[in-house]
Amino acid sequence: MARKISFRQAVNEALAQEMARDPRVVVMGEDVAGGAGAAGENDAWGGPLGVTKGLYTRFGPTRVLDTPISESAFIGAAIGAATAGLRPVAELMFVDFMGVCFDQIYNQAAKFRYMFGGKAVTPVVIRCMIGGGFRAAAQHSQCLYPLFTHIPGLKCVVPSSPYEAKGLLIQAIRDDDPVIFFEHKMLYDVEEEVPEEAYTIPFGEANVLREGKDATVVAFGRMVSLAMQAAQALAKDGIACEVIDPRTTSPLDADTILESVGTTGRLVVVDESSPRCNMATDIAARVAQDAFAALRAPIRMVAPPHTPVPFSPALEDLYLPTADKIAAAVRQVMGRAAA
Amino acid sequence: MSGRIEPVVMPKWGLAMQEGTLARWHVVEGAEIAPGRELCDIETAKIANAFEGAVAGRLRRRVAGEGAVLPVGALIAVVADDSVPDAEIDAFVARFQADFVPVGPDEAETPAPRTIRVGDRALNYLALGAGGTPVLFLHGFGGDLNNWMFNQPVLAETRATLALDLPGHGASSKAAGDGSPAALAAAVAGFLDGLGVERAHLVGHSLGGAVALVLALERPDACASLTLIASAGLGREIDGSFIDGFIAAAGRKDLKPQLEKLFADPTLVTRDLVDDVLKFKRLDGAGAALKAIAAAAFPGGAQGLVLRDRLAGLAVPVQVIVGAHDRIIPPGHAEGLPANVAVHRIAAAGHMPQMEAAGEVNRLIAALAA
Repeated sequence: MARKISFRQAVNEALAQEMARDPRVVVMGEDVAGGAGAAGENDAWGGPLGVTKGLYTRFGPTRVLDTPISESAFIGAAIGAATAGLRPVAELMFVDFMGVCFDQIYNQAAKFRYMFGGKAVTPVVIRCMIGGGFRAAAQHSQCLYPLFTHIPGLKCVVPSSPYEAKGLLIQAIRDDDPVIFFEHKMLYDVEEEVPEEAYTIPFGEANVLREGKDATVVAFGRMVSLAMQAAQALAKDGIACEVIDPRTTSPLDADTILESVGTTGRLVVVDESSPRCNMATDIAARVAQDAFAALRAPIRMVAPPHTPVPFSPALEDLYLPTADKIAAAVRQVMGRAAA
Repeated sequence: MSGRIEPVVMPKWGLAMQEGTLARWHVVEGAEIAPGRELCDIETAKIANAFEGAVAGRLRRRVAGEGAVLPVGALIAVVADDSVPDAEIDAFVARFQADFVPVGPDEAETPAPRTIRVGDRALNYLALGAGGTPVLFLHGFGGDLNNWMFNQPVLAETRATLALDLPGHGASSKAAGDGSPAALAAAVAGFLDGLGVERAHLVGHSLGGAVALVLALERPDACASLTLIASAGLGREIDGSFIDGFIAAAGRKDLKPQLEKLFADPTLVTRDLVDDVLKFKRLDGAGAALKAIAAAAFPGGAQGLVLRDRLAGLAVPVQVIVGAHDRIIPPGHAEGLPANVAVHRIAAAGHMPQMEAAGEVNRLIAALAA
């Protein structure tokens, strides 16, 4: 039965159900149990934002592994364990720390299946937090999924809601390829109806949240709910938006986007990552190349400016895309820009 | 009802409905209306449907305009006979609007489905209403208890009703046994026993019709009456491409055309309806259950179980309701049935008459279960 739970609980439930189903699934990372090597109760924290709380007490120290603060070591260990038969879910905390273990990810895990002629599988999931709005400053607020989308051999998942998070994470754990799972930290307390049973959402299949004939709005992660807010506001002015959440940046369901633009002739892409070489530029290029004849207006991108994420709350708010900015971009492609 | 003023309000269709859009009026102000008359089209996130009035009289005011989005319970029209002066109607509308408080999403007293354990299975069901021999609704292949969203609340106004998620479906356990109508009927019997229900008016749609029929034959004591809607079990033919296509569809692009086959008017299939079915199909075990049921009930794209010859042996009232535009099971299966079976053919419906012609189907069920 479906009941309302938070994004944080949805991720936790996906981990718990897969650990219960498959003994090869292990969870590892900094503080995922909490308090290792120190006095006091293990599982005190359940990860820095409490996502893995309860797993240690249920599955014990051999399945829930606290690691030292050495991403290069434990991400490498997770990838190695995956090649040797486990299905590890490693929690990297902030995606911003990926730099210190990047070789393990992009030059090792991403390449094994290809370089070993399909004879090796690397069923590892790396969970990490993305996004601004948390007042966590420039080194803890980035949306780096375009960096990973760039690399063949990695699958990249950007869930936009609790229902999406549970189904996509279970799919990620059951996938035989390395998957990077990007959780927006401002979504953790968002609640919606989520089935109690386990379920999977396939990769590479976009979700069309709203159908409309006037403009296509493609958005990722936390931006999806903002795009829906904008679409609701625009509907009152008689502008019908089709809102598309691609769910995964790699593989990317370009067909759904192209088909939609074929109907609407107008495209706005909303992306919280830095504006150069991000998903918005990627999708804009794809649409310009394959659906140019359908376009009735220039493509608009809604993305932050090309600067580090500001620490000043006022500047951070100014930096991030908002529903108003999305609505303004749609009005622009409709030729109805405010004076 | 001389002198009475009757409000017509936004209905609540399904557990999740908070508000609806009045898409189109079918009656003008001043029209004389009777119960069952289609007043307007209402669209919700899940489905669009015609809204039938429940009262007789003159439609004195259309309070809501076309395109209006209104919460459940909001005033959309006023019915009264000619003896009521206009000023009284105006005062009634003003008072209603002043007093009306929409129920918020979290405070809604919506009854929630419950779960009962029967053997090693959890069965999910929704109980509405109280009193009398309950009406038990059994949905079809790939459906769930929400298929009765236009029927169960209406029947529940005067009696106890139960709608069940069959094994393999909805939020019930996904283990469907051998998937045969007999196995499903045994599970339904276990469900009734578990709730302590000795007899029920059985209402089955499609595969659920075959399940109800098997149950009525196996457990005649448990069946007070039998209503079979676009039912399986009455003939050999079924659209095997629908069964296969429904099972194979992994995304909305593949699923939507399959669901459109169910309705005479395919525009009834909304984005949310497709999404709800997809959410069910993604559950662990749902695909395997559907395959097992299809293999047992519809082997080789035909119905494996045909029980029309045994209808004559039923001692309880039996009726068969078909939609003239049914593209899944030929409506011709309702022809040539034994004399104890009342047959009702609904012109403007496909395979889902209980949704497309809810008012008529509700009256037929209520009459048989009276």
